[in-house]
Amino acid sequence: MKITKETVDQVATLAKLSFTDTEKEKIQQDLSKIIDFVEKINEIDTDGVEPLTHINESVNVLREDEAIETLTQEEALKNAPQKDSDYFKIPKVLNK
Amino acid sequence: MYTSFNRLSDDLKSGKITAIDVVKHYLKEIEKKKHLNAFLEVFTDDALAQAAVIDKKINEGSAGKLAGMVIGIKDNICYKGHKVSGASKILEGFESLYHATVVDRLLKEDAIIIGRLNCDEFAMGGSNENSAYGNALNPIQEDKVPGGSSGGSAVAVTAGLCIATLGSDTGGSIRQPASFCGNVGLKPTYGRVSRWGLLAYASSFDQIGPFANSVEDIALLMEVIAGKDDKDNTASHQAIEQYTQFDTTKKYKIGVPKDLLSGEGIDKEVFSFYTSFIDDLKSKGHEVEEFSFPYFDYMVPTYYILTTAEASSNLARYDGAHYGYRSPNATDIESTYVLSRSEGFGEEVKRRIMLGTYVLSAGYYDAYYSKAQKVRRVLKEKTEEVLQKVDFILTPTTPTTAFKIGENISDPVSMYLQDIFTVYANLVGCPAISLPLGNHSNGLPFGMQIMGKHFAEKEILSFSKSLDNAS
Repeated sequence: MKITKETVDQVATLAKLSFTDTEKEKIQQDLSKIIDFVEKINEIDTDGVEPLTHINESVNVLREDEAIETLTQEEALKNAPQKDSDYFKIPKVLNK
Repeated sequence: MYTSFNRLSDDLKSGKITAIDVVKHYLKEIEKKKHLNAFLEVFTDDALAQAAVIDKKINEGSAGKLAGMVIGIKDNICYKGHKVSGASKILEGFESLYHATVVDRLLKEDAIIIGRLNCDEFAMGGSNENSAYGNALNPIQEDKVPGGSSGGSAVAVTAGLCIATLGSDTGGSIRQPASFCGNVGLKPTYGRVSRWGLLAYASSFDQIGPFANSVEDIALLMEVIAGKDDKDNTASHQAIEQYTQFDTTKKYKIGVPKDLLSGEGIDKEVFSFYTSFIDDLKSKGHEVEEFSFPYFDYMVPTYYILTTAEASSNLARYDGAHYGYRSPNATDIESTYVLSRSEGFGEEVKRRIMLGTYVLSAGYYDAYYSKAQKVRRVLKEKTEEVLQKVDFILTPTTPTTAFKIGENISDPVSMYLQDIFTVYANLVGCPAISLPLGNHSNGLPFGMQIMGKHFAEKEILSFSKSLDNAS
């Protein structure tokens, strides 16, 4: 199936990605080619087959619901690109 | 030096050599073969400090079962206080806040972790060419790829830069590079090894597993890293076995997919080795049964729909807000997300996020994602039927030997087809090993793949051990 430029834009918006015009052309071609390739699975009859969502047999594995400290606040903030003593910092969301 | 752990362990215990000597030896080798680009970072000081502690423990007789085993880990496995990047710019500078369960278990048994190893970005690729830090070179022929995504892990073992390594395998990322570099690589059963602390790519496919020069070392590592884990609910509670207690006398029933016997799409020499290997097994008293399995053409397509869908969801966490790379051009929250992701991720990762987002999006979900999940069930059930009649399914690991750097990079589909035999095990959750049995006239090695029933690691390893020249 041919992926249109509009579809690429729409999917990029959903994926929170942006592309230059040249990149867009390439990704449009690549996606079209890959979609053509994966469409082969339609040859397999799956009438009445349930989708497989879990690959192993184990069902609910339960444990006690105990509160433990896994990370301190300091650790959680350690890798932040920008922070103050208590919070992650991001660029302004609302402009006055 | 030592190519496997058994002899080294004896020499350490008898005092013939110290753990510090061993680490120093490998540090020198790593430096000497730096151009292979196997390691993204060498933990020099920590490895030496750890070796000193272990030497003391050996003297006191309190050392663990991996004492002195020098191990490299793929750069998608967390080691507290050390950097981990998934070979991606988006995690540049990120430091692990906790140990992956596998790292915790290695350290508890006194292994020495010497560094983190190059790979394709977020384990997406089959050649190590998608690393943000340059490709690793195949140590046997340096103009060839080492395979991927765990390329550095395979290179390090073959080039003698450490004794064993850990990689991760989502569609062949351990077995394909093991085949290309000529060592042993095992993808365990889905759920046999905890994924806690593994940077997630496709969570219903990913498994951590070992690379080594010998089947014994693989078995020993599995005894240490496998087993249930409170931190990963998909890690099975089924008891682990004594993998190092090999039963090499047992005769097995080996299944061979008839559909491969035309040899189509397989290198001539790889194919002729495969067929003569089958005959060889018969002469050793194993039973070989051909079975019909007309699904190979559907595996790679099913794999790409499902793994990219899972990846698009897993990689949503890289948002430029909480950790990792943030674009200096971000002016508000939307541009923080979009620019950080667009500048931070490499081309193949973006391609897969786009495909995954597409197959999950409204209007396409049923046609692609849900359809592929149904096909996955068909594959799993048909495979279970086969594995009721035979113990193992035998195929080549890869259709060819290692290809030239750059040869497949421009065509994603031809790159994806490299995975045709390996994705099978991940789609159905089965364990599979690649054994370095073949040698091509072009000078490169190639592997044979043995896949077994869920949790049949012990049988696979015993059978592997019985194939003499495998170790």
